[in-house]
Amino acid sequence: MTAAPIVVVPETPENYLTAGYGVRSWLLTTDHKRVGLLYLMSITGAFFVGGFFALGVRLELLTPAGDLLRAETYNKFFSMHGIIMVFFFLVPSIPAVLGNFLLPMMIGARDVAFPRLNLLSWYVYMLGAGIITYTVASGGVDTGWTFYTPFSTLYSTSHVVSAGIAIFVVGFSSILTGMNFIVTTHRMRAPGLDWFRLPLFVWAMYATAIIMVLATPVLAITFTLVALERTLHIGIFDPAFGGDPVLFQHLFWFYSHPAVYIMILPGMGVVSEVIATFAHKRPFGYTYIAFSSVAIAVLGFLVWGHHLFVAGESMYGAMVFSLLSYLVAIPSGVKVFNWTATLHKASIEFRTPMLYALGFVGLFTMGGLTGLFLASLGLDIHVHDTYFVVAHFHYIMVGGMVMAYLGGIHHWWPKISGRMYPEAWGRVAAVTIFLGFNLTFFPQFILGYLGMPRRYWEYPPEFQVLNVLSTAGASILGLGYVLPMAYLIWSLRYGEPAPANPWGATGLEWQTPSPPPRDNFERTPVVTRPPYDYSGPEEEVG
Amino acid sequence: MAEHAAAHVAHQFDDAEQQQAASELGMWIFLATEVMFFGGMILAYTVYRFTYPLPFAHASQHLDAILGGVNTGVLLGSSFTVALAVHAARTGARRLLLGALGVTIVLGGVFLAIKGYEWHHHYREGLVPGVRFIPTGPEANAIGLFFWLYFAMTGVHALHLTIGIGVMTVIAFLAWRGHFSPAYHNPVEIAGLYWHFVDIVWIFLLPILYLVGRHAP
Repeated sequence: MTAAPIVVVPETPENYLTAGYGVRSWLLTTDHKRVGLLYLMSITGAFFVGGFFALGVRLELLTPAGDLLRAETYNKFFSMHGIIMVFFFLVPSIPAVLGNFLLPMMIGARDVAFPRLNLLSWYVYMLGAGIITYTVASGGVDTGWTFYTPFSTLYSTSHVVSAGIAIFVVGFSSILTGMNFIVTTHRMRAPGLDWFRLPLFVWAMYATAIIMVLATPVLAITFTLVALERTLHIGIFDPAFGGDPVLFQHLFWFYSHPAVYIMILPGMGVVSEVIATFAHKRPFGYTYIAFSSVAIAVLGFLVWGHHLFVAGESMYGAMVFSLLSYLVAIPSGVKVFNWTATLHKASIEFRTPMLYALGFVGLFTMGGLTGLFLASLGLDIHVHDTYFVVAHFHYIMVGGMVMAYLGGIHHWWPKISGRMYPEAWGRVAAVTIFLGFNLTFFPQFILGYLGMPRRYWEYPPEFQVLNVLSTAGASILGLGYVLPMAYLIWSLRYGEPAPANPWGATGLEWQTPSPPPRDNFERTPVVTRPPYDYSGPEEEVG
Repeated sequence: MAEHAAAHVAHQFDDAEQQQAASELGMWIFLATEVMFFGGMILAYTVYRFTYPLPFAHASQHLDAILGGVNTGVLLGSSFTVALAVHAARTGARRLLLGALGVTIVLGGVFLAIKGYEWHHHYREGLVPGVRFIPTGPEANAIGLFFWLYFAMTGVHALHLTIGIGVMTVIAFLAWRGHFSPAYHNPVEIAGLYWHFVDIVWIFLLPILYLVGRHAP
């Protein structure tokens, strides 16, 4: 244990938080750290709004009869839950908050390459958030987050167009973030920091940024076509006019499957950092972990067809997509095995971020392996559109990404806020979230396998026990999410002042005071050692 | 951007070279997103062209290849003047820079005018799906799809060109104010890249829209 080296660093004259007060200094900031915090506040709001809709869904499913919400309202609840969580929380979560905050510091830069575009991306996000708020307030949308045609273009009477515009707009905030990350990583690295000295988090962000930049425009044009089709009824997705509704599914999943990797790669980056830090070891197979991120990004573009196995895809097409989907398991497996190997014979410190990271490894493995079920052609027909799918992607997105996000927030909280979070409460919350999560979603695997379809507001009475378990788990999970919010806010005032490097980690971001000065470093750092070098003295600069 | 040549390096960059390399890479990445954006529409076009090969050829015969060809010449000419402008900015030839930018803006306007005339003509002929669409018979649906995609693609292209004209106007204004020098002419290069991209998109649109029907029965 490293209880001793909590030395109070003498208050630096100015850090990024004290560099200016007042609303103006925040709303017009171009400091990547402040932009990260603006995102932190915004997406936390989105998370709780999306959580509210999840709560409605789970409460409705407490009983077999549709008694709490009307069927139409239920459709809107799960749709708004999906749209808000995917586009307004998960996609921006780690990249826009931790990525913005950390990436320039990790590569020894003063800021991202385009600070004003970075701020613009937040405004674009807020514009999208405003439009989605309008959509919710005026009655919501009931198409699911997938907007399948022809329902979305012909039959739905809800606010499809405004929801589509919101997603179109918020997509551009991802594009701007992605552009910034790629250029920053290429052009702004400190002297001596070559590609194979980069932290694995930076590799993960780079891979994520590639997906954001190449996939998001396709989503934008897809929603443009849906909006035009819905307003003008010309027929590009309408068989009555010679169009093809399945074309929409191809276009949509060409973005949305890679987007799944936008929603997991950053989490893998965080976990690589956290595990190396608390195992006090260089990650086993650094280059393999780095390249597996890139491999996942590339393969992610080639597997969208596995969402169309039951949509009349050709047999040979389906076989190719199935095979390619299996291939994704290889780089994912590389990561899991390398993390495990890193832990082997390490002196592990079970601090809060590490608990989240270990939870991530287990839950991601479950989510990943059940993904193989879904990638196999025969089995997919049995579990397609059931709760098995719902459980699978929640294991990845919630069990994976949200765990990693919270782990990351705790890990870098001393750097972000200059304060330590309360360790005991942190551990309690991490364990609560882990247990609540499993209780919520494990029963859904069974429900799905037994044949309960997703998106129905009623179900046969024999499914009730498992649904009650799931709803009970969701309540625990909800409590688990409120806890960190409460004690992290508490710690801003009452937490112990954080030293520059509380965990004894390597990495440039730990070599500058907490919180960092406006330009991150007193002078541009020069990197002379390999990454994760835990052999030498732990700190060079105070 | 700052006012004086020495202060043109933004605070996050170490030197002008790094700044220029970063902004160029940024523009290339932005152009990659644009390729994907147009790619979605070109995919839809490809799917339907293979589904309805003959009706697409017939629909294409409604377009005036002469006007399309003239417009191609206009855009290629504008790309030439943009290249001249970039060269002038590098060498510090201010008059040439201003002249080349001016011609570029005019050529962009000419392109839009011809395009607008074509659109007006389609409207008169009743070829605008969802607004005024006259064709009937077995091929009407597919012809509708063709024109749907035609308007989507040329519309988005024209939007990009309009933005390009706006950008070039700002660049010309800055050049007129003596903002650029051989040491600092980054924005000219970046805007030039964008302009060339808009030009290249048209090089793809011309054959797939105007030329597919030339030899169809």
